Amino acid sequence: MSTDQDVYAGSSETSEGRVFTVTGQDWDSIAEGLGEAAEERIVVNMGPQHPSTHGVLRLILEMEGETVTEARCGIGYLHTGIEKNMEFRSWTQGVTFCTRMDYLSPFYNEATYVLGVERLLDIEDDVPEKAQVMRVLLMELNRISSHLVAIATGGMEIGALTVMTMGFRERELVLDLFELITGLRMNHAFIRPGGVAQDLPPGALEEIRSFIALMKKRLPEYAAMCNANPIFKHRLEGVGHLDLEGCLALGLTGPVLRSTGYAWDLRKTQPYCGYEDYEFDVQTWDTCDSYGRFRVRLAEMSESLRIVEQAADRLAGLEGAPVMVADKKIGWPSQLAIGSDGMGNSLDHIKHIMGESMEALIHHFKLVTEGFRVPAGQAYVPIEGPRGELGAHVVSDGGTRPFRVHFRDPSFTNLQATSVMSEGGQVADVIVAIASIDPVMGGVDR
Amino acid sequence: MSDETPDQAATDQSPENVPAPVGTQHTAGVRTGMFGVHGTGDTSGYGGLTKAVEWPAPSARPYGGWFDAVADALVAAAASAGVEDALRSVVVHRGEITFHVRREDLAVVGRVLRDDPALRFEFCAGVSGVNYPEDAGREMHVVYHLLSMTYNRRIRLETAAPDSDPHVPSLVAVYPTLDWHERETFDMFGIVFDGHPSLTRILMPDDWPGHPQRKDYPLGGIPVEYKGGTVPPPDQRRSYN
Repeated sequence: MSTDQDVYAGSSETSEGRVFTVTGQDWDSIAEGLGEAAEERIVVNMGPQHPSTHGVLRLILEMEGETVTEARCGIGYLHTGIEKNMEFRSWTQGVTFCTRMDYLSPFYNEATYVLGVERLLDIEDDVPEKAQVMRVLLMELNRISSHLVAIATGGMEIGALTVMTMGFRERELVLDLFELITGLRMNHAFIRPGGVAQDLPPGALEEIRSFIALMKKRLPEYAAMCNANPIFKHRLEGVGHLDLEGCLALGLTGPVLRSTGYAWDLRKTQPYCGYEDYEFDVQTWDTCDSYGRFRVRLAEMSESLRIVEQAADRLAGLEGAPVMVADKKIGWPSQLAIGSDGMGNSLDHIKHIMGESMEALIHHFKLVTEGFRVPAGQAYVPIEGPRGELGAHVVSDGGTRPFRVHFRDPSFTNLQATSVMSEGGQVADVIVAIASIDPVMGGVDR
Repeated sequence: MSDETPDQAATDQSPENVPAPVGTQHTAGVRTGMFGVHGTGDTSGYGGLTKAVEWPAPSARPYGGWFDAVADALVAAAASAGVEDALRSVVVHRGEITFHVRREDLAVVGRVLRDDPALRFEFCAGVSGVNYPEDAGREMHVVYHLLSMTYNRRIRLETAAPDSDPHVPSLVAVYPTLDWHERETFDMFGIVFDGHPSLTRILMPDDWPGHPQRKDYPLGGIPVEYKGGTVPPPDQRRSYN
């Protein structure tokens, strides 16, 4: 190896052979140093800290020249034991944990867990209409923000930085709405067993309406920028091919499945949260490739906007309606209000429990300290997340804490298609294929 | 008051009120006390309270809706595949149907569920392990959620293995999507899926000792000090049961 070689690209001898560390500099010096060994196969270890791997995903690529002959994923770098932790918290506190899994679609994580808990509690029909409409509103806004990130980071990884700045610009508007409604931009813990945590704040509907009006102008910009862009199409078309048989065998759902032309969408086929009351179309494409997935996501954002519009109209007629089940033994008793010291219980509620009703005080105390009991059994209520079928297998032994919660995260399942999508292609196309799956490592590793 | 004698017993008129036959209720585990405090610290007077944990009982026919059609087709298809006794019990609870299957027949049942024209469960959503330490001889449960896109039906397939012999046949050959799911369940519970192409850890490091999702694996954690007070780790805090 030449002596003037980059000091940051050292090599060392291991039992597996000589290992080179490459951190993004000139490959020529490495190639020279290889000498005779250059003819042999190379295993490239890409990640886990690499800007093109959507977080901490490690790719192990076996290469012949520029062609990938084998691709494997190494995952687990973001494993935080969320499922285990939930077994040590009350049913309501569990929401605070699972919202942190797939950090780009927190409302979906909350919703599928909460729907499972509600099924076990047998209160599915008692959840107030306004809570269901608010859930749909938040989930569809979340689908827009999640797809925007998928398109933005996917564009960034192939060098289309304008797509990235556009995507994050619009996503910020959605996060502003989330902050207005839930108080937080991410990790909301807003959807709770029995309903949602809070009513809409004053002025929220106007903000949502102006967002819809703005997005109706902005969404066509993406289409104008990308749909017929020759560079964009050349990078995406025919890359990451996976047909319907492949999708079903590997359990892929969401935009990847719909890019094969199969209109499978749980919002239509197995509606939850009252999705049967909204008018929208399931978007498909028939090319089975990355370009099709991009087009499906783009079209789905417009459909989500339609649903948000209908939900906002319904919410306008539901002012003052309850957002939590009437059962005082389940519904969190207090509404938060801004006090002089920041967030706190509303003074009305404190007056009620301290001065007026002994029963209310008991319910408040029991719910806050102990939580509620959920009858023994198991439930699985999958929903259509931005990445596909997201479900929570919720098991209760009749106690105040989950006995076991397992999340079927679509990112985890879909990432298995990496090898099928990228083997035999060029190394640059691996990035495009993974971006078209849109994995979120927080959801993969949980 | 009418002097006519009812020609039907009250329980026949409303069969949903018939109590479950003795012995069919599946109980595993007991809850003791009431406020999560045990030993001499328990001054609540409820320390002697014991309550069995009752799981949903196996259901009798008719199961209702399309459940019967699937059950009939599964029984017939399993019989023709040579595993007549595969089905241990059927539980219908909260509108979901669970087929409990003998673990040695799981691979055959999985294939039949996918391929039989009357079943067509072509999509598997994944594996979920559940550890029931109190369920003697069946401590490790393995749960599959299957979906038939053809008929738009969802079922749950469940099998169990004793902790002393945590082996379950792999379904990767039937549903390739289960590759990572079975690895995760092995990683988290130590359940060995016989026939899996490469059953290795997937989320935890390769040299990690133990299987974190088992009930006998502690949560871990350290006390946290804040403004002079100390908060114990979550599994050592006072809690309700």
